Amino acid sequence: MLWQQLANGIAIGSVYALISLGLTMVYGILRILHVAHAGIYALGAYIGWIAFRLIGEFWLSLFIGMAGSALAGYLVERFLYTPLLHLPRIAPLIVSIGLFIVMEEAFRIIAGPHTLVYNARVGIGDLSVGNFHLTETQILILLVTLVILIFLWTFLTRSRTGLAMRACAMDAETASSFGVNVNGVIAVNFLIGSAMAGAAGVLIGVYDNQVWPTMGSIPAYKALAIVVLGGLGNIPGTVIASLVVGLAETFFIGVLAIPFPRDAVAFIAMILVLMFKPYGLLGKA
Amino acid sequence: MIGGYVITILITVVIYAILAHSLNIITGHAGQISLGHAAFFGIGAYSSALLYTEAGLPFWISVPLAAVVSGFIGALLGIPCLRVRDDFLAITTMGINFVVEAVFLYIPFFGGAMGIGGINLPRWFGREMTKPEYFFLIVMVFLLLLLLDRRLGRSWIGLAWASIREDEQSAEAMGVDVVRFKVMAFILGSSIAGLAGGFYAHFLTFIMPQNFGFGQSILILCMVVFGGIGTRWGPILGAIILGILPEISRPIMEYRTLVYGLLLLAMMRFQPGGLLGAESILPKFLRMVLRRS
Repeated sequence: MLWQQLANGIAIGSVYALISLGLTMVYGILRILHVAHAGIYALGAYIGWIAFRLIGEFWLSLFIGMAGSALAGYLVERFLYTPLLHLPRIAPLIVSIGLFIVMEEAFRIIAGPHTLVYNARVGIGDLSVGNFHLTETQILILLVTLVILIFLWTFLTRSRTGLAMRACAMDAETASSFGVNVNGVIAVNFLIGSAMAGAAGVLIGVYDNQVWPTMGSIPAYKALAIVVLGGLGNIPGTVIASLVVGLAETFFIGVLAIPFPRDAVAFIAMILVLMFKPYGLLGKA
Repeated sequence: MIGGYVITILITVVIYAILAHSLNIITGHAGQISLGHAAFFGIGAYSSALLYTEAGLPFWISVPLAAVVSGFIGALLGIPCLRVRDDFLAITTMGINFVVEAVFLYIPFFGGAMGIGGINLPRWFGREMTKPEYFFLIVMVFLLLLLLDRRLGRSWIGLAWASIREDEQSAEAMGVDVVRFKVMAFILGSSIAGLAGGFYAHFLTFIMPQNFGFGQSILILCMVVFGGIGTRWGPILGAIILGILPEISRPIMEYRTLVYGLLLLAMMRFQPGGLLGAESILPKFLRMVLRRS
């Protein structure tokens, strides 16, 4: 029972990590609260769904979903955020909220208000050891998240672009004066972050067996809570915070059966942590 | 005489105008982004409803007390939030909104999903107020609040808020007690939102947790930025436009939210100061016309 809940919590936490990482990376460089990131996540799910319907091959549809999201994220950065960077930070925030509303409505109007069944099967099969049981989609989530996280970590620590990204997150102006192409770094940042959100959308679509227009609503604010919990802009902190929230949700609701809304857990965790560590779990002043 | 439908819209709009005005104190004057203003609106509405139905206090006492309760809870929640970085406030206030809504929804004392009913319009001269009278009462209160705002804007407090909004570090270096003034703006904004909540509860006569959710907070914030953040009349204009928009756009019901989102997006992208912002087209045009004549 305990191990089972642990596995469920880690699977949910992994998806949270995929969504929140893009958000924290965007915040790290641009200092924007990118609410529409959850719209990109839902868009990834829809593109993945369409691709799966057309091709019938899961891995390729996952890749197409990620690519579509990456492109959308890039366009948002280029045409909506970059022109507003010199303004007070409330301007990009409101643009982001407006865009998120528009995206949800567009999904509803174009694809219909009902849920669409997303029954992709990969053929890994379920895994059972004694009482311990992992479904195929859970294995899929863990596998994909692990690969993406390893890729991200290698990219950030081993490549020149990754180094430039970390430099820009510390101080974009200084990095620029050392010859770093800040605009390029911002673009790469949005491409990677949005691709991860797209992957999360496809994975949740397969996990819940459906995609629906408002699937981004809850991640839109929960991911913000996770990002703050991990220390805004802090990448390892975000991964830890995602797993903490995923586990806390499964344990409080699944094991202790507290009659409390599941989606408020992230915020309670955030408020409790901020009282003692005002800059988040791994954040620095 | 004005019909019942029109008076209902008028009262709703003026309540939104008070809410937008109160958020403008926090976000426009002091520059602190709050994404959970509806929480304080809700705390005010629930306090006045409970004081009225459970404690049996009349409207004239329950509504001012609701403002006090909201201000007090605003202080309690605001002080820890305002000590941390500015973007944290946006997200923690959002969190507060979700937790407050969950408390209303899950704790039986607050009526749960059924909400609280049996709240009435205020009584005076031995009878219940009519809706047009109630409308004028709220308008009078709002005018008083605007006068107060004008006085505050010219006082030390207003100057301190402006300095924090423009450059927090410089303000601190000049000896402005940044945290104290931020907390003051937050308490004032929260208590006015609580007052609006009291008016709202006695007008609707029935309140539910869903009236005070995150979506409501976003709507109030949109009114402020749409009209012109930090200006005195902008948030009121925003409340009038966005408050009436759902009524006049009934024929395009299906696309209403889409239009609303697009409007917001286009406004911020091309006129980030809002309709009445200093750099926006409308005030420039008005100034030009005035100079000609």
